[in-house]
Amino acid sequence: MSENWQTMVKDVCARCGNDRTRMMDIVRLVQQECGCVSGEAMDLIARQVDTHRVEVESVVSFYAFLSNRPKGKIVIRLCNDVIDEMFGARRVAQAFEQQLGIEFGQTTPDGLISLEHTPCIGMCDQAPAALVNDVVVTYLSRDKVGDIVSTLKSDPDPRKLVHKLGDGNNASELVQSMVHNNIRRKGPVIFDPLPNGEALKRCLALSPAEVIRDVKTARLRGRGGAGFPTGMKWEFARAAAGAKKFVICNADEGEPGTFKDRVLLTERADMLFEGMTIAGYAIGSDTGILYLRGEYAYLRAFLEDVLHQRRNAGLLGKAVCGKQGFDFDIRIQMGAGAYICGEETALISSCEGLRGDPKNRPPFPAQKGYLERPTIVNNVETFCCVTRILDRGPAWFAEKGSKGSPGTKLLSVCGDCKQPGVYEVLFGITLAELLKMVGAEDAKAVQVGGPSGQLVGPSDYQRTICYDDLATGGSIMVFGPNRDILPLVDKFMEFFIEETCGYCTPCRVGNVLLRQKLQEIMAGKGEAADLDYLEDLGQSIVTASRCGLGQTSANPILTSLKNFRGEYTSRLIEPEKGMKPTFDIQAAVREAAAIAGRGPAHS
Amino acid sequence: MPMSQTIDFIIDGVEVSARPGQTILQAADEAGIYIPRLCAHKDLVPHGSCRICTVLVNGRPQSACTQPVAPGIVVQNDIEKLNNVRRNILDMLFVEGNHYCMFCEKSGNCELQALAYRFGIMAPKFPYQFPARDVDASHPDIYIDRNRCILCARCIRASRDLDGKHVFEFVGRGPEKRVAVNAEARLADTDVDVTDKALSICPVGALMRKRQGYADPIGRRRYDHQPIGSDIEAKRSATG
Ligand SMILES: Cc1cc2nc3c(=O)[nH]c(=O)nc-3n(C[C@H](O)[C@H](O)[C@H](O)COP(=O)(O)O)c2cc1C
Ligand code: SF4
Ligand code: SF4
Ligand code: FES
Ligand code: FES
Repeated sequence: MSENWQTMVKDVCARCGNDRTRMMDIVRLVQQECGCVSGEAMDLIARQVDTHRVEVESVVSFYAFLSNRPKGKIVIRLCNDVIDEMFGARRVAQAFEQQLGIEFGQTTPDGLISLEHTPCIGMCDQAPAALVNDVVVTYLSRDKVGDIVSTLKSDPDPRKLVHKLGDGNNASELVQSMVHNNIRRKGPVIFDPLPNGEALKRCLALSPAEVIRDVKTARLRGRGGAGFPTGMKWEFARAAAGAKKFVICNADEGEPGTFKDRVLLTERADMLFEGMTIAGYAIGSDTGILYLRGEYAYLRAFLEDVLHQRRNAGLLGKAVCGKQGFDFDIRIQMGAGAYICGEETALISSCEGLRGDPKNRPPFPAQKGYLERPTIVNNVETFCCVTRILDRGPAWFAEKGSKGSPGTKLLSVCGDCKQPGVYEVLFGITLAELLKMVGAEDAKAVQVGGPSGQLVGPSDYQRTICYDDLATGGSIMVFGPNRDILPLVDKFMEFFIEETCGYCTPCRVGNVLLRQKLQEIMAGKGEAADLDYLEDLGQSIVTASRCGLGQTSANPILTSLKNFRGEYTSRLIEPEKGMKPTFDIQAAVREAAAIAGRGPAHS
Repeated sequence: MPMSQTIDFIIDGVEVSARPGQTILQAADEAGIYIPRLCAHKDLVPHGSCRICTVLVNGRPQSACTQPVAPGIVVQNDIEKLNNVRRNILDMLFVEGNHYCMFCEKSGNCELQALAYRFGIMAPKFPYQFPARDVDASHPDIYIDRNRCILCARCIRASRDLDGKHVFEFVGRGPEKRVAVNAEARLADTDVDVTDKALSICPVGALMRKRQGYADPIGRRRYDHQPIGSDIEAKRSATG
């Protein structure tokens, strides 16, 4: 037995070339085979790939899907993010606990099933949802839990949970998933039909500089959220010194409320890979990497197959489309449960087999990225746009949308609306128009851009969705007239505390303190000065944090303070003279009283 | 040095000349302008984690210890807006751990404490978190008291880059992050040596040699008379 696992670990390391930059693959495989990456396994991995044990531990302890302690054969990860809780995830959670006789964070005594919570898994349009190992189960309800548990107990193969397949390629042989696309509106850029390989052939007839010129003329800006001009990024990478360069696609899609890349990955995979290939030609790279979030592991076999078919069709590999001197291929790198790995330098760290810590900038990835080589990182949708730009020409693209934000945008809309799903809209659409389209005209609040974006109310509904006004990577969460705002804000803060990498002080500590104060206010123990406290602390986190996560992590508090101040002030109390409402004498002495065997203190 | 080799820019209204490749913090140090810092150390590669050194570069916040100098930039450092942020970060570090300054062996020589005094902090305004953290005293000559660790990574960098070892590394994520050692659990099981440079580089009382506490009497400790940063500022008053 013990020899078996050692052989297995050695074998896994060997299959990964005993290359420590492939640590993510190594530890994921070991976890898959052994149910965990134990201390002994860490020692052995370190020896095989010539690194230090604590380095391996450092990686394993960073990612939510990796563990140094054994878990159940089946891990149920129930999404407990905002949207799922709105649609009954707590009742579902209780049902799981009752049915299994364990609490979240525990494993059944027979070692079969572990229960865990997880933030958004990109299924907000069909919430509540969970991952059962790699298998997605959607539209959960309390009633369905009994069935799930008994099915798993009789046959521990989570695929048995899928009774009815979803639409589009979700039903394909290699996905076999119950996930629905919920494509509600098709626009000209993404969802118009596209002949496979045509855009690429057009690209290869141009010089790389001309391709970059076209992307610049189209004025394409990154679809991942930040909106950086894509052509400029490519130009930097092309100009950077070095023969080896990399094209990375960011398919980490971790911002709560975003699920449009999920749909692109099944329905527009060719368009995506073609865009990456075009990028490879433009910047002078022969290697592409698709960084796929661990939650989307169920798409991997399908995507591998699309790559395989593209190789067979000559659209990838040596001399792409017969173009001598242009070789390009793409591999898939799996993530393992870490929102921060969507931040491009953290993503690069993860690809390098490290903790998902962001890197110091400069140097920027276009100068020194993956393995210190010039690297571009772009969102899934950005690459799809590139393919369309080469297909229809930059002028066609540039005249769509609004002036500063050409083209269309995919929005993932969820929450209190009649038709949650994916909408391809022209940039410049007002929030009011969108709300009408999705059936949510009575919305009390809309979270634009996910927790890191802004919470806006009706007075902002005439504002437009574009880079210069309300920017979003795609997430639109709608909250109906009866929703209480502060618990939503609290959930968002919980998310950031769960997902901060912890590298820098303001983000690691400040968000915990913000949430504590928010909870005091929610408990009716806040005073007017506490709003200044939130503002001041929030601003410090924004100013001093090292990366985009921390720099936006106070937004739930700061934007709700601005747009929904009444929700705070109505809960404040006027402190009695000389008293601090936050101080709870009973709570403060509870432990001591228990030790001393005394009753509650008199205040 | 020929003119083309210098990069001129402004910090707090003072014209500063730097060499290409220097960080703002290094250039400021040479010019006798003190930018507060904790994780930065002159013998180590920059880490950029404490964020105390945050300055405004042409109005944008950047960590001075990682940001390279560039011609013509305008850097704001000693302004109330930033000093308020710094006080808040210092407060965060105090409440995140358990810092019992009054009987800590590092008192008077501790950079965190000294910075708090420089910024006039008597008690943090944020609530203490009282985390449960452990102490590793397994080694005969060295101990780690994680209660006082501020996660600056100086020990990690020093062990790796100055000692050519890999005794320390961070494990865990977010608020759970902590310094671990390259062994199952105990410092005694690593190849750490009492002469390692990593052991004298901790800014606080987290990584210490045993039997050396309280060696300097009060009044002769490093920061008893002059606030932290005075040595750097002295250069400027001497030249200017
Ligand atoms: C915390 C954090 C998470 C992010 N997550 C994603 C993500 O999941 N997908 C994405 O494309 N960009 C994400 N980004 C933005 C990336 O850092 C980067 O800007 C983007 O991938 C660049 O591609 P684009 O220019 O095509 O948008 C994230 C940024 C931060 C700070
Ligand atoms: S801002 Fe947050 S996520 Fe970014 S480096 Fe700092 S701790 Fe990590
Ligand atoms: S032990 Fe000291 S040097 Fe190491 S990270 Fe903690 S505070 Fe920094
Ligand atoms: S799947 Fe739960 S919030 Fe997105
Ligand atoms: S000294 Fe610059 S971030 Fe710590």
